[in-house]
Amino acid sequence: MTFVRRPWRLAAEASALLIALIVAFPLYWMVLSAFKPAGEIQSTEARPWTLSPSLDSFRRVFEQQEFGRYFLNSLLVASVVVIASALIAFLAATAVTRFRFRFRTTLLIMFLVAQMVPIEALTIPLFFLMRDFGQLNTLGSLILPHIAFSLPFAVWMLRGFVKAVPEALEEAAYIDGASRSRFLWQILFPLVFPGLVATSVFSFISTWNDFLFAKSFIISDTSQSTLPMALLVFFKPEENDWGGIMAASTVMTVPVLVFFVLVQRRLVSGLGGAVKD
Amino acid sequence: MSGTTAAARRGGGWTPWLYLAPALVVLGGLLVYPIYQLGLISFLEYTQAQVSGGEPTTFKGLGNYATLFEDPQFWQVLLATVVFAAACVLATLAVGCALAVLLTRVRAVPRLALMTAALGAWATPAITGSTVWVFLFDPDFGPVNKVLGLGDHSWTYGRHSAFALVLLEVVWCSFPFVMVTVYAGIRAIPGEVLEAASLDGASQWRIWRSVMAPMLRPILVVVTIQSVIWDFKIFTQIYVMTNGGGIAGQNLVLNVYAYQKAFASSQYSLGSAIGVVMLVILLAVTLVYLRLLRRQGEEI
Repeated sequence: MTFVRRPWRLAAEASALLIALIVAFPLYWMVLSAFKPAGEIQSTEARPWTLSPSLDSFRRVFEQQEFGRYFLNSLLVASVVVIASALIAFLAATAVTRFRFRFRTTLLIMFLVAQMVPIEALTIPLFFLMRDFGQLNTLGSLILPHIAFSLPFAVWMLRGFVKAVPEALEEAAYIDGASRSRFLWQILFPLVFPGLVATSVFSFISTWNDFLFAKSFIISDTSQSTLPMALLVFFKPEENDWGGIMAASTVMTVPVLVFFVLVQRRLVSGLGGAVKD
Repeated sequence: MSGTTAAARRGGGWTPWLYLAPALVVLGGLLVYPIYQLGLISFLEYTQAQVSGGEPTTFKGLGNYATLFEDPQFWQVLLATVVFAAACVLATLAVGCALAVLLTRVRAVPRLALMTAALGAWATPAITGSTVWVFLFDPDFGPVNKVLGLGDHSWTYGRHSAFALVLLEVVWCSFPFVMVTVYAGIRAIPGEVLEAASLDGASQWRIWRSVMAPMLRPILVVVTIQSVIWDFKIFTQIYVMTNGGGIAGQNLVLNVYAYQKAFASSQYSLGSAIGVVMLVILLAVTLVYLRLLRRQGEEI
């Protein structure tokens, strides 16, 4: 913006950089602590660098338990949820934006209301539901509820993207003899894909981060555990193993960061599209 | 919708319901039915004895709610939840909006730096964010106490300082959503409008208040409501950072309270009653949201 005066802009830029440093500091400290040798972590000096990085903490993380397995479990749960909820939400969003039918508005309001439901409050009935279907201690008990909880937001957000595809395109496709499903999957789907990516960020994160269901539904079979539970093992009543905690935290954070970097551009434009609507 | 031919086809007969079927099945089974169950359990006597089948389940009517409302701890937790959520929402919105405006004032490099740092904070899972912040403020090994010269002051010991610590973490991981969304909204405002205001001699604050804020209103409503919903439901941060609700439960919020009642002391019906209370409160927030949307004349 050209009308901002120069000294002000420099001050603004300096503070932007400073704030960026502060915001990034916790992540820097996490990675740093993960690489610090045990002696330096336990030292009361808390230096912001290390001259002798070591992989001991990571080694401890991967050796102490079936951490690799937990990692794969987390990845599997999150991937299934992302793909399933994206497909289901795409179909539902198409239905509510490109058709007029009875109860359409009611349904939309229900999708909105469903977003507000605190999933944590449903842990108790879901626990009994999973028990009755013999799903406790399985990854299914994590996948199914997360699909359900990602859906309302995904439908609500995708609505804007589906709406943005011009109707003339649809008319043209039908005139050219395309069937409904052909239009749906070969024309609409690719066009809405950026929106699907933006939406899937939210379902990926909420699933990957899930701690409550993992803690409540996977009660005895630890081979089905996910990462958050593995992390908690390093908290000990006598003395927390901070090196292990930070290394495990790093391992858990990196995939989400990678995912974010990959979709960053689409996320920002996607959010803009969704809120402009 | 325009044109009669389009309108005729648009009905689509069963097609929209076919497309909706998977979503409705999943939501019906895993959202609507559990809500019904939650309500049901909250009216029953349901503890470990009933779960294991040792005793028959009995209907208690509003008994669980009576127990809950007579318990002073419930009211204390409810108050703490509301105040804490409100503080988190206000802080998140203030920081997010301020930084969004800041982003529009700077050139590409500082903007990229701040954007990247914010995306990093956003991407950080709640649980790892919690562990890192606890470590940063650790009385023995954390850098914060060293820098501030607080010695071995424990942040999680006092009720308020523990809540403040959790608030910092919550703001840290949720301001990026507000910042990015509001920034996208500001960029969508035509530059000429802002330029005209500034040529007319409006101050920065005035431009924000009289030009940008009204234009951003729909976006601000969305991020406010989302923040209210997220912050009211906080579980992981409190659970991890205050070790399950703080010393003697001083840092409990409704969600953690319900969890402790149900899964730590097997009082499933009391836990469900707390869940119902949360559901009702969030439903009220939703109704406000719907009214705001309607007033904006948004077509759903």
